[in-house]
Amino acid sequence: MFRYALRRLSSLIISLAVASLVIFLVVEVAPGDPASYMLGINAQPDTVAALRAELGLDVPRYQRYFDWVSGLMRLDFGTSYTYRTPVAEMISDRMRVSLPLAVYALTLSTLIAFPAGIYAASRRGKAGDTAVIGLSQLGVAVPNFWFAMMMVLVFAINLRWFSAGGFPGWEKGFWGGMKALTLPAISLALPQAAILARVMRSSLLDMLDEDFMRTARAKGLSRRHALWKHGVRNALIPVLTILGLQFSFLLAGGIIIEQVFFLPGLGRLVFQSISQRDLIVVESVVMLLVFAVICVNFLVDLAYAAVDPRLRTRT
Amino acid sequence: MKFSAKAVILASAWTLSAGLAQAQTSITVGSQLEPPHLDPTSAAAGAIDNVVYSNIFEGLTRFMADGSVVAGLAESWEISDDGLTYTFKLHDGVTFHDGTGMDAEDVKFSLDRARAEDSTNAQKPLFAGITDVTVIDPLTVQVTLSEPNGNFLFNMAWGDAVIVAPESIETITSNPIGTGAFKFADWVQGDRIEIVRNDDYWGTPAKLESATFKFINDPTAAFGAMMAEDIDAFIGFPAPENLPQFEADPRFTVLVGSTEGETILAINNKMPPMDNILVRQAITHAIDRQAIIDGAMFGYGTPIGTHFAPHNPAYVDLTGNSEYDPEKSKALLAEAGLADGFTTTLKLPPPSYARRGGEIIAAQLRAVGIETEITNLEWAQWLEEAFRGKDFGMTIVSHTEPMDIGIYGNPDYYFQYGTEEFQAIMTELNSTTDPDARNALMADAQRNISENYVNGYLFQLAALGVAKANVVGIWTNQPTQAIDLTAVYWAE
Repeated sequence: MFRYALRRLSSLIISLAVASLVIFLVVEVAPGDPASYMLGINAQPDTVAALRAELGLDVPRYQRYFDWVSGLMRLDFGTSYTYRTPVAEMISDRMRVSLPLAVYALTLSTLIAFPAGIYAASRRGKAGDTAVIGLSQLGVAVPNFWFAMMMVLVFAINLRWFSAGGFPGWEKGFWGGMKALTLPAISLALPQAAILARVMRSSLLDMLDEDFMRTARAKGLSRRHALWKHGVRNALIPVLTILGLQFSFLLAGGIIIEQVFFLPGLGRLVFQSISQRDLIVVESVVMLLVFAVICVNFLVDLAYAAVDPRLRTRT
Repeated sequence: MKFSAKAVILASAWTLSAGLAQAQTSITVGSQLEPPHLDPTSAAAGAIDNVVYSNIFEGLTRFMADGSVVAGLAESWEISDDGLTYTFKLHDGVTFHDGTGMDAEDVKFSLDRARAEDSTNAQKPLFAGITDVTVIDPLTVQVTLSEPNGNFLFNMAWGDAVIVAPESIETITSNPIGTGAFKFADWVQGDRIEIVRNDDYWGTPAKLESATFKFINDPTAAFGAMMAEDIDAFIGFPAPENLPQFEADPRFTVLVGSTEGETILAINNKMPPMDNILVRQAITHAIDRQAIIDGAMFGYGTPIGTHFAPHNPAYVDLTGNSEYDPEKSKALLAEAGLADGFTTTLKLPPPSYARRGGEIIAAQLRAVGIETEITNLEWAQWLEEAFRGKDFGMTIVSHTEPMDIGIYGNPDYYFQYGTEEFQAIMTELNSTTDPDARNALMADAQRNISENYVNGYLFQLAALGVAKANVVGIWTNQPTQAIDLTAVYWAE
């Protein structure tokens, strides 16, 4: 297990190093200059040059890359060009919204998908199964932003149970924060749950045909009992893969949902920073997301190993 | 079912407590863009002025809602006979929000900072004529100009010319300390900025105790937030298609006013074949302004025939120079030797006037044989490619700075006009202080660019807003980028 973890860890570090270079190059070659963006169309060239110098944009690219990477290693993400505040501070502020939202959405989707998937698999071919398949088909097909807008229309504009969006901040109370995240979390969770339920169902059904399931049935376990005791555990591997992918998606991919509910999350920060050419923020956030994705994958790999002991010895 | 019943009760308890907490001494104002930081003297972002202009920072003079310029921190002024020296008498007893006094030294500091060599003031040309700022006594400051400038008091009213203090300049971007009727209180980045009343204000105190600016970028979300009454007003409402719905709803009023935004189809005057005046004239005759206003702006906007705001007394209606006449347009193209038309680029920045308007213009131009290749650009890309790189055939931009016809005198400005004839008019205008003579010169300038078909002049951008019906005192017009809340209150 230890050697397995070590191997995964070294590939993690290489991935990060490659990612940092790619991110820097991609962001830096995109046309657009943060200083001229900030100063607008009446600014004189010497004013733009003065601001570029003030922001430290006049040093060579490679130098900026090394400064950035060495900063990252010291957990110093630099200072935003447009906001003029430390990037680390901005990211941690936004994480206070994005991370709970992702966890909230993932919890909801798991809570919906697992029972639905298991239920459908145990009722294969029957009405309950068809219903779950139909609903999940709908969930995959309906875009989450449309669903979000519909929820705003119903629950915020007509029923007035929720705000149409915004985030009051955790310091104004835990429940207020959770309430503000509820509609966004549901909008994010439902399509994810639909995918997850389908994967859960088909993966369980694959298990049903396996030899060990037949053995379990043969030794006298009921169909449902065999499914719970032997099927679910084995079916979890593909489900975990999807879950890991979904978490990374939820963390960054909430951009549209954050727009619809005007939440001050990480996705919106990236979106704003890209349009303002706040390069250092874009680079640092993307790097952080890469880091998160790689870490989640690393954890998922470890979880595979926990679920399936054979993986620990295989190279 | 049990669960959902519980949820209903919980949810209604939440809404109830939210309803009770809301008092009528505060207001929540939505606006589309969040400021990058809060220093109006070192960035062009209108979003900064939206929050701080007149609320937090004040200048020597200031704009009123009707666009007039009145005294601000300067109580009065004297102008020397040669028009070169302005002696400002400052209000007594003005303090900054940190308690330090505002005096002539602060004025000198602010003006010198804005015109310094390493200044990052986005409107540095406003201060270009200043040769010296002298403190006479703590309440008197003298500004000397290199040449007479009829616009000087107007220039000093801009958000870029507000008075800041040397004591608090280091932290101005995150903690703005001004002299205004409101003090900065809190900024939750990505969400809102809160300001509270300044009880030590030198002038008429604000009627509201506090105000919150909420930043909602997405048009649909803006509509939802207004409809759900999460916010009390939205200035610069991004979804004009929804305004009729607000108009029909007794809870709201729709605010339609004027802005300083001349929306133009900018033409690259140096790029063939548009370097030929006949071709530019052909382009302008191919354009049906009303169709663009109706199609892209849902009917909000005033047609213009030159680069000047129609609500300005000096405005001349020159739309007749470029009326919609596709046949004439084709004839002009034929005269220019382009009977078969030509192809050029149309580069569009993000605002909806450009993106929606661009599609309509492309169709109108196609009807006379001009093909356009449309490219959608981000602002940063647009600035680099079209504005600085001058790599464009045509583009659509709203020039929102007040009284900015002077840009036509600069041959390096992106549409590259700047003839000597036009420069001569500007030079004379700058040294003229007599109002009638100034108006005549401004009319000459308007005619010059209209008759030379420098650009396609489309329409004056309308200022669109929505507010709760009992909100009083919100600016309808936008003479400068500002959401001035100093006189806003709730009617009973």
